[in-house]
Amino acid sequence: MPSTVPYDLGAWVERACFLKGRPIFALGDGTVRLMGDVDVVVDVHKGAILSTALTDDHHLLTGGDDGGVRLIDDKGAVTIVADVSRRWIDHVAAGPRGAIAFAHGKVATVRLADGTLKTFPHERTVEGLAFAPKGLRLATAHYNGASLLWVSGAGEPQSLEWKGAHTGVIWSPAGRHVVTLMQENALHGWALDQNKHMRMTGYPSKVKATSWAVKGKWLATSGANAAVLWPFSGKTGPMGQQPLQLGARDVLVSMVVCHPTEEVVAVGYQDGTIIACRFADHNEVVLRPSGGAALSTMAWSPDGMQLAFGAEDGTAGVIDIR
Amino acid sequence: MTENSQISQIPVTVLTGYLGSGKTTLLNRILSDDHGKRYAVIVNEFGEIGIDNDLIVESDEEIYEMNNGCVCCTVRGDLIRVVEGLMKRKNGFDAILVETTGLADPAPVAQTFFMDDDVRRKARLDAVVAVVDALNLEKRLSDSPEAEDQVAFADVILLNKTDLVSDEQRLAVYQTIRSINAQATIHETQRCAIELDRILDRGAFDLDRILTLDPHFLESDDGHHHACGPGCDHPDHHHDRSHAHGRHDASVVSVSLEAGDLDPQRFFAWISEVTQTDGPDILRLKGILSFSDDPDRYVLQGVHMIVEGDHQRAWAEDEPRRSRLVFIGRNLKGDALKAGFEACQAEGA
Repeated sequence: MPSTVPYDLGAWVERACFLKGRPIFALGDGTVRLMGDVDVVVDVHKGAILSTALTDDHHLLTGGDDGGVRLIDDKGAVTIVADVSRRWIDHVAAGPRGAIAFAHGKVATVRLADGTLKTFPHERTVEGLAFAPKGLRLATAHYNGASLLWVSGAGEPQSLEWKGAHTGVIWSPAGRHVVTLMQENALHGWALDQNKHMRMTGYPSKVKATSWAVKGKWLATSGANAAVLWPFSGKTGPMGQQPLQLGARDVLVSMVVCHPTEEVVAVGYQDGTIIACRFADHNEVVLRPSGGAALSTMAWSPDGMQLAFGAEDGTAGVIDIR
Repeated sequence: MTENSQISQIPVTVLTGYLGSGKTTLLNRILSDDHGKRYAVIVNEFGEIGIDNDLIVESDEEIYEMNNGCVCCTVRGDLIRVVEGLMKRKNGFDAILVETTGLADPAPVAQTFFMDDDVRRKARLDAVVAVVDALNLEKRLSDSPEAEDQVAFADVILLNKTDLVSDEQRLAVYQTIRSINAQATIHETQRCAIELDRILDRGAFDLDRILTLDPHFLESDDGHHHACGPGCDHPDHHHDRSHAHGRHDASVVSVSLEAGDLDPQRFFAWISEVTQTDGPDILRLKGILSFSDDPDRYVLQGVHMIVEGDHQRAWAEDEPRRSRLVFIGRNLKGDALKAGFEACQAEGA
């Protein structure tokens, strides 16, 4: 039976995650909470934490509306990465080989492991950042498409064009696909090796959360009244195929996160409910009953035994599914 | 507004006005006066604001066109980002103020609060406030369509710098404003001196608060107008409701229509056709309607092609059951709108 350790953190939960097995929450009041035998509160930003990412070497990267970019380790030690005067750090991303990226306004900046800073000015606001899984290549989302930037070399950026506002970007785990989240209730994808577009539409609301299932076979998404999972295992990806819909209810799904090893997705709804759904037989287990604010973040522990979650009203918790 | 009403939405006031109108003076007053409320202020440039606090956010205007083939379906991408970001702050503020540049189109700003689900879930548009300058408005109107849009779009207009013009000029400007926008509440001010509750928390887009479409009624609390003598020529004291007054080459006008009981089926078919075809030209619309065999007042309001309406409350016994509809827009075909509206009347009305 699942058991839950609840927390009332008192501020918007921007990110729930695990660092070396320790549950961590980054909040809208600028603090990061590290849970354990002794809970630790670290003041990281003066305003709200707006963006977060996890690095390969077990740090939480945060961007704040105070213009700060910070790294926090599992003990709560804070490293200053950058301070940008009077700007919001809307997006951060962590890449291979210690690379870090952050964006404010129309500028994306990459900091390499040796401390070198590279800036990439854009014509429009940078609305999403994601490093390719291998090689130092950064994708940025912006109005009318996405750009793929070479971070270390001097190669020309590759422009992926599609009309409309793109408000987020992700890579597939194998690096073959780039997918953007759009203002108009859709995803847009590019199959890089086939030079093909992929339209993923039909959502009643904007897609805010995405998560790749184990081995990148499926892309789970929020934005409908069920978790919508697009198949990416075939040659042509999701094109011409129906998505899998799991956990259909009368409430919009606000958060999804796929289990690290099993074909299971945790689905979080606008009414605070969390349900775990298995792909194969659509079997569902309620992990958290309804009756709260919309889920704003969820994360599985690396062993897949715990699920950390946080909601817009500051309620949070860690569910143990053993 | 229906499904979202349970969640407390932060009120948003949009402040428009041409450079030099006095908008920054008003903004500084809102930020510094002791009114017990904390405002998060979204500005285009920090520069003009004399006050520094962490609730002032700079934001570059970024227009999103939607891919739905509708030319007027535009929203402000930057506002979506900033509003979502502000909502993450803990107990930070009570309301949001959006300052637009003198050249900004107010429609995408307003539409952001209707068309983006996330923004709409957390924030509601309270009113669009325009500051205009009594000395220079006529000139601005002749050389900039944006200035005209701002007057047309506003719910509340501060006719500022009235100390710099003669009474005659002041009345002429007043009349010009009325011919563009028959609906807005107009306050005459000097150095934007006005009690802030006259411009904040107006509920101008709130269907429940559409009380009347008679602007004179709306202004009855405005001290200035009590001073009007019998010979005053404020146009809204008269009941000529359907034409632009005396402005040459006027492109934005108000068209006010009145009819008896309406047939709901005819009306909804007509209003949907009108907003589909003339949506780009319609800046604002507001209506209080009486449907036959319906005990309730039906209220509606719209921006370009976005129209929303609801049953509001029962008609009071002493209240004349009339249907009124006001369009503010460009190139409006007043006669056709009048004929179309009247054709929506129920049989025998």
